[in-house]
Amino acid sequence: MVTSPKLAEFESSQLRTGQPVFRVGDTVRVHYKIVEGDKERVQVFQGVVIKRHRAGARSTFTVRKISFNIGVERIFLMHSPRIEKLEVVSRGVVRRARLFYLRDLQGKAARVRDQKDA
Amino acid sequence: MNTQPGIYGRKLGMSQFFTDDGTVHRVSVVEAGPVTVVAKRTIEKDGYTALVLGLGERKAKHTSKPLAGYFKKQGQTPKRVLKELRCQPEFASKYEVGQVMKLDEIFQLGQRVDARGTTRGRGFTGVIRRWSFAGAVTTHGTHEYKRHGGSIGTNMTPGRTLPNLKMPGHYGDETVSILNIRVARIDVEKHLLMLEGGLPGARNGLVLIRQSVKKTKPRTHVAPTKKKLK
Repeated sequence: MVTSPKLAEFESSQLRTGQPVFRVGDTVRVHYKIVEGDKERVQVFQGVVIKRHRAGARSTFTVRKISFNIGVERIFLMHSPRIEKLEVVSRGVVRRARLFYLRDLQGKAARVRDQKDA
Repeated sequence: MNTQPGIYGRKLGMSQFFTDDGTVHRVSVVEAGPVTVVAKRTIEKDGYTALVLGLGERKAKHTSKPLAGYFKKQGQTPKRVLKELRCQPEFASKYEVGQVMKLDEIFQLGQRVDARGTTRGRGFTGVIRRWSFAGAVTTHGTHEYKRHGGSIGTNMTPGRTLPNLKMPGHYGDETVSILNIRVARIDVEKHLLMLEGGLPGARNGLVLIRQSVKKTKPRTHVAPTKKKLK
């Protein structure tokens, strides 16, 4: 899709800088601000990045984790001001851009090889 | 007749932006301007009130001589789009010929507006796409009858096909209005108007944005009641 230069200029004003570089397969900790009524707290979501949608200001990434034996996936907006902090826990070695195969795997098989071990 | 204040613009596409609390707004971006008032229609002279608006510049080589003469008479450079906007005399009196319309004078943030545009033309379209028909079963011996509309009526009574039956035909390229969409952001300098949700038509399509004709009911917030667990 051809984005109009005027639209691209507006979107570039929405970009957020200073986020760490991470790739699909990396394990990340997302400190996410949650507003409940008038209270605000920070929730940490740690898991493997299984998808990155690169679309400028509209970019997102999907994090998957196993919580009490149930797979949980969350899509975060890359440039959201609600992301308080983003940490890369470990770098993974993967061969594809979308790790949807992890959904079908369980336990030991559903791991991503760490770059340190490779 | 709709005489609400409004402006013409071009749909640039869709985008999103964050507010300070982190809420995302999905918006259609309209480049509404610079729109110049080329002429005015008055009740005394023309029998009705309207503003003649010009959007975008037109190159001299693309301007026919009669049109160039008209713009010269008005003391304006040739404009790409020339449209009349029927309005109330109070609104028209705010503008002089040659004045560039400012978005924040017409719209306010959070206000409800109506958008009118022309949908993308889809050409001659079958009933599945045009009317969301289900089509026919593809198994049980069906032969060369998959995306058809089925029966179009009975035999003897009434012995004809009833009018307005949904059939294949030309689809799209119609004027469509979307009512009561919210103004999410206004950029006066760049003439950008951001409206929540989608707009009819393709990118670079002409859209007319007007203050909403229908009054929206003030939303009374009902607090969710907690059901007691027994």
